Amino acid sequence: MEMTLQQPFYKRLAAGDWLFAALIIAAAGYSFSLYGSAMDYYEQLILAGSSVSLIALGWFWKSWRWFFPLAGAMSLLAIQLYDHDLARAGQSFGLKFLLSSQTAFMWMCTLFYLATVVYWGGLIARSALLARIGSGLTWSAAAFALSGLFTRWYESYLIAPDVGRIPVSNLYEVFILFCLITALMYLYYEAKFATRQLGAFVLLVISAAVGFILWYTFDRQAHQIQPLIPALQSWWMKIHVPANFVGYGAFSLSAMLGVAQLLARRGILADKLPKPEVIDEMMYKAISVGFLFFTIATILGAMWAADAWGGYWSWDPKETWALIVWLNYAAWLHVRLVKGWRGEPLAWWAVIGLLVTTFAFIGVNMFLTGLHSYGSL
Amino acid sequence: MTSKKRTSPGYQLYELFSSMRFAIGLLTILAIASVIGTVLKQNEPYPNYAFEFGPFWFKAFELLGLYDVYHSAWFLTILAFLVTSTTLCIVRNGPGFLHEMRAYREKASDNSLAAMKHSRELDIALDEAGAITLLQQRGMRYRRRERDDGSVVLAAKKGAANKLGYFFAHIALVVICIGGLMDGNLPLKLGELFGKIVPETRDLPQSQIPAQSRLTAANLSFRGNVTVAENKSADVIFLNSGNGYLVQELPFIVTLKKFHVDYYSNGMPKLFASDIVVTDKHSGKETPATVKVNHPLIVDGVAIYQASFGDGGSPLQLRAWNLAAPQQAPVDIKGVSLAAQPLKANGKDYQLEFGELRVFNVENMGKGPDGSKSLGQRMQDAREVKQDNKQLKNVGPSITFKLRDSQGQAREFQQYMSPMQQDGAMYQIAGVRSEVSQPFQYLRIPLDDDMKIDSFMRLRAALNNPAWYQEMAQRTADKALQGKAISPAMKQQFADSVRWVLGRFSAGGFAALEQFLDEKVPADKRQAIAQTYIKILQGAIVDVMAVAQDKAGLKPWPQDEKHYRFLLDSLVTVSSFNDYVAPVYLELTGFDQVQASGLQMTRSPGKNLVYLGSLLLVIGIILMFYIREVRMWLVLRPGRVRVAMSSNRHNHDLDRDFAQIVATPQGGGGEA
Ligand code: HEM
Repeated sequence: MEMTLQQPFYKRLAAGDWLFAALIIAAAGYSFSLYGSAMDYYEQLILAGSSVSLIALGWFWKSWRWFFPLAGAMSLLAIQLYDHDLARAGQSFGLKFLLSSQTAFMWMCTLFYLATVVYWGGLIARSALLARIGSGLTWSAAAFALSGLFTRWYESYLIAPDVGRIPVSNLYEVFILFCLITALMYLYYEAKFATRQLGAFVLLVISAAVGFILWYTFDRQAHQIQPLIPALQSWWMKIHVPANFVGYGAFSLSAMLGVAQLLARRGILADKLPKPEVIDEMMYKAISVGFLFFTIATILGAMWAADAWGGYWSWDPKETWALIVWLNYAAWLHVRLVKGWRGEPLAWWAVIGLLVTTFAFIGVNMFLTGLHSYGSL
Repeated sequence: MTSKKRTSPGYQLYELFSSMRFAIGLLTILAIASVIGTVLKQNEPYPNYAFEFGPFWFKAFELLGLYDVYHSAWFLTILAFLVTSTTLCIVRNGPGFLHEMRAYREKASDNSLAAMKHSRELDIALDEAGAITLLQQRGMRYRRRERDDGSVVLAAKKGAANKLGYFFAHIALVVICIGGLMDGNLPLKLGELFGKIVPETRDLPQSQIPAQSRLTAANLSFRGNVTVAENKSADVIFLNSGNGYLVQELPFIVTLKKFHVDYYSNGMPKLFASDIVVTDKHSGKETPATVKVNHPLIVDGVAIYQASFGDGGSPLQLRAWNLAAPQQAPVDIKGVSLAAQPLKANGKDYQLEFGELRVFNVENMGKGPDGSKSLGQRMQDAREVKQDNKQLKNVGPSITFKLRDSQGQAREFQQYMSPMQQDGAMYQIAGVRSEVSQPFQYLRIPLDDDMKIDSFMRLRAALNNPAWYQEMAQRTADKALQGKAISPAMKQQFADSVRWVLGRFSAGGFAALEQFLDEKVPADKRQAIAQTYIKILQGAIVDVMAVAQDKAGLKPWPQDEKHYRFLLDSLVTVSSFNDYVAPVYLELTGFDQVQASGLQMTRSPGKNLVYLGSLLLVIGIILMFYIREVRMWLVLRPGRVRVAMSSNRHNHDLDRDFAQIVATPQGGGGEA
C-alpha cells in the first residue's frame, strides 16, 4: 500500500505559483505607488481584495497563471500604444488591427466562431488534434475578451475623466463578460475532466451570445461608451455584476452539458462523447458553482438596492426573476442531493433552467419594465 | 416514538410539511407565483388597471390581489408555508445530522464494511502506527476500537462541517424571511383588515387628512415618499396603499435647501443631489447633509434617499397677447408653476392652471442608427472607439398650462422659452392639444431680428384689420402694374381680388380658401385657381407688412431673402393659429426657478436580520458544497487490511481518493 503523503497546502505550491504571486503583488504595489494617493478607502480595499483573489485563482487553477498575465500584458501594450490619446485608436497599427477594445472584441467574436467549427470537426472526426486546436482558439478568444475589457476601461477615461468607469454596466459589455466567463469555466472543466469533446456544445451557447453582440454592434451601435447615470455610480456594481455573470455562465454551461448528456444517453454521438456519468458530474459541478455565485450576487444586489432604491428588496422584475432562477436551481440541487436523482431528468431540468436564466438575463430587459435601468433593447 | 403516534393526523401533517416533496412543491409554486407580479405592472394607480381590463376583470384581479401580488394574503401564505416547512425540516433532520456529525461508526461490522461501494481487503501488513499516520496525514480524526477477535478498527472521518452547512443555510432562510416580514407591511394590512387604518383616496391637503389614515412616528417600519420644494419643509411622508395612500409622521423635519443636477458633456445626467437639513422634533438638533443617488443619509434609523426631482412651484413672468383683439398691446402677467389662477379675457372668465416648469429639456437631436450605411461603413464603425453619438441637446425651458373655460372645458398648451433654430431660421415653439392622450401639435412662430415675436404679431394684427385692406390691395396692384403682370384695365378687379383673398385668409387661413374652392369652383379648375390665390397672398403679404410697419411708425421691412422668408413662414403660422383656439397667446418671458426634490424614506429594522441571514446562507452553501464529508475505516489484521470509504456525495473524487489509497506497489493484491 502506497502511503501517498498528502502534503500541507503551502508545500504543494510550486515555484511557478510563487512567481505568479510575486508578479501580482508587484503589479498591485506598482499601481498603488502610482494611484494610491487618488484612491479612497474602498478602492484600496478593492485593490487588496482583487490581488488576493487573483493569487488564489492562480494557485487553484494553474492555467490562470499564464492566462491572466498574458491578457494583462496585451492591455498594457494597448495602453502604451494609446499614449493618452484616443485618436491613436485609428492611427496606430497595433491598436487598429489588434488591441483597441473594439478590435479585440471583433477578434474574440471571430475566434469563438472558429473554435466552434473546429471543436465540432474534432468531435465528428474524433480528432484529438482538432479538439486541441479548438481549445487553443477558445483560450485566445478569452484572452482578447479580457484584454479588450481592460483596454475599454482605460479608453473610457480617455474619452473624458468623468466618463471613465468599469466596463460592466450595459448590456453590450456584460455580454462580452458572459462569453469570457462561460469560456473560462468551460476551459477549467475541460482540463479537470480531461475531455475536450464537450467544447462543441458549450461553444454553441457562446456563439449565440457572439451573434447577439455582432447584431447589437452593427445594427444598434451599442458598442459606444456611455457615461454612468447616477443610479449606476456605485462600487457595488463592480462586484454585483461579475458575480452574477459567473452564475449565468455556469448555468448556461450546465445546460449545454445537459444537451450533450441527453444525446449521449440516447446513443447519438455516444461513441464520440464522454460517458454520460462524467458529463453528469460536470453538470452538477457547474451548477453548484453557479448557485454559490448567484446567491452571492443576489445578496450583493440587495445590498446595493438598499443604498440606491431605499430598500433591499423591491420585487422589481429583474430581482424577482433572479429569485425565480435561484429557486429553480435550489430545487434542482435538492432533488439531486437529497432525493438522489441522476441522469436524464436532471439533464432536462438543466436545459429548461437555461430558458429561465435567459429570460432573467435578457428577457426581462426586453419585455418588462422596472428599476433596473441599464440596457433595454 | 410509538406507532400510534406516527399514524396520528398531526404527525402525518408534520411529516408532509417537513418532507422534501412538499418543499420542492413550495419552491416551484413560489417561483410561478412570483412570475405574475413581473408580468403585470404592480402598484399602478387603479384607474389605469380599470381602463386596461374593463370593469369585470378589474374587479376580479383586484379581489385576487394581483395589483400588489407580493403583499397579497395568498402570497404571504406561501412564504409562511415555506418558513414552516424549512423549520420543520431542520427540526426533523437536525438531531440525526447532529448525531452523525459526532459519530465515528466504529462499530460497523465486517459485513457492512464489505458491502460498501468503496471497500477492499488488501494483503499487506500495516501496523497500527502506520495506519494512524496515514489517517492523520489526510487530516482525518479517528476513533480506535478493538474487537473481540483481536482485530483493530480505526474509524476516521473529516469534513463534518458539511453537515453544519445544512444548519447554516436552512436556518439562514428562516432568518431572512423573518427579517423580511418585519419590514413588510403586514401590520398595516392587518390594521386595514380590522378597519383601524383606512387609506385616503381623495386628494386633500396634508393637514386635513383624517387620523384613520395617519401613522405615528412610532411605526416600526415604513417606506414612503415626499416631495419638498426648495426652502420648504416636510415632516410626513406618503405611503402607497392599494387604491389610496397613508400619511406617515416622521420624528424629524426635513428642509430642502437646494437641489442640484449635473450633466455630462453629452447631456446625460451625472448627478442628482439634495442639500437638506434634518431637524429633530424633540431635541431641535439640526443635521445638515447632502443626499445623492446611492448615498443616503441615515437619521434616527430612518434612511433618506434621493428618489426623484421636479419643479417646486416657480414664479413665472409671461406676456399675454390677446388673440381675438390682435391690435391690443400685449400685457405682462405673473404666475406660479404648479398653481392655478383666474384669467379674464374678452369678458370671459377662465382658469389658468400651470403645469411643471422644466428648465432643461434634453432632446435627442441625432438621427439614430442609420439604416442606409453600407456594411463596410458598419464594420468600420464597429471597430471605432468613441463615445455614443446621441446628440443630446438642451432646448431650454418650457412650461405647460391649461386654460379652462367656465364650462370646465380645457385645452392644454406648451410653451418653449428659448428661440429654436429650424431649417436655418429662428422660431418660438408653442404646442397645443385638446386631450391629454394626444400628442402636442406645434406652431412655429418666426422671430424677427430682435429675436421677438412682436413683428409676427404686428403682421397678424394687420392681416386681421379690414380697415387697412384698401391700402394694402392698392400697393399690391400698383406693384403688379409696374411689373406688367396685369394691364391697367384689370387693376381695379385685381385689387378687389387681393382684398377678397386677404379677408378670406384672415378669417380662416388656407383652410378657408380651400373650402371656398371646394364649394364654388368646378373640380378641374381648382388647382389653377388655388395657385393664383397663393401667388396673390405671397405678393400681398409684403404690402401687408409694409402697411403694418408704416402705421406703427417703424422703418420699412427689409426686402431681402431672409425677411421674405419670415413673411412666408408667417403666412403658414397665421393660418395654423386657427387651430390654436385660445383667447390669449401666453409667451414665457422669465422665471425664478424653485426646484423640488423627491425623497424616499424608509425604516427597516429587519434589514440587519436579512443581512445576517444572507451571511449564514453563503457560509452554509460553501460548507455544503466545498467541504467534502469523507469517512474511512481501516480494519487491521495481521497481514491483511480492509479499507472502506464512504461519503455523503458519491462522486468522482471519492473514486479517485479510494483508488489512490488502495493502489499498491504490487499491483493491487486485494479483493472486495
Ligand atoms: C427556500 C428553501 C430552501 C433552499 C433555498 C434550500 C437550499 C439548500 C441548498 C443550497 C442545499 C445544498 C445542497 C448541497 O448540499 O449541495 C440544501 C440541502 C438540503 N436541503 Fe434545503 N433548502 C430549502 C428548503 C429545504 C427544506 C424545506 C427542506 C426540508 C425538506 C430542505 C432539506 C434539505 C436537505 C435534507 C439538504 C441536504 C443536506 C445534506 O445532505 O448535507 N431544504 N438546501
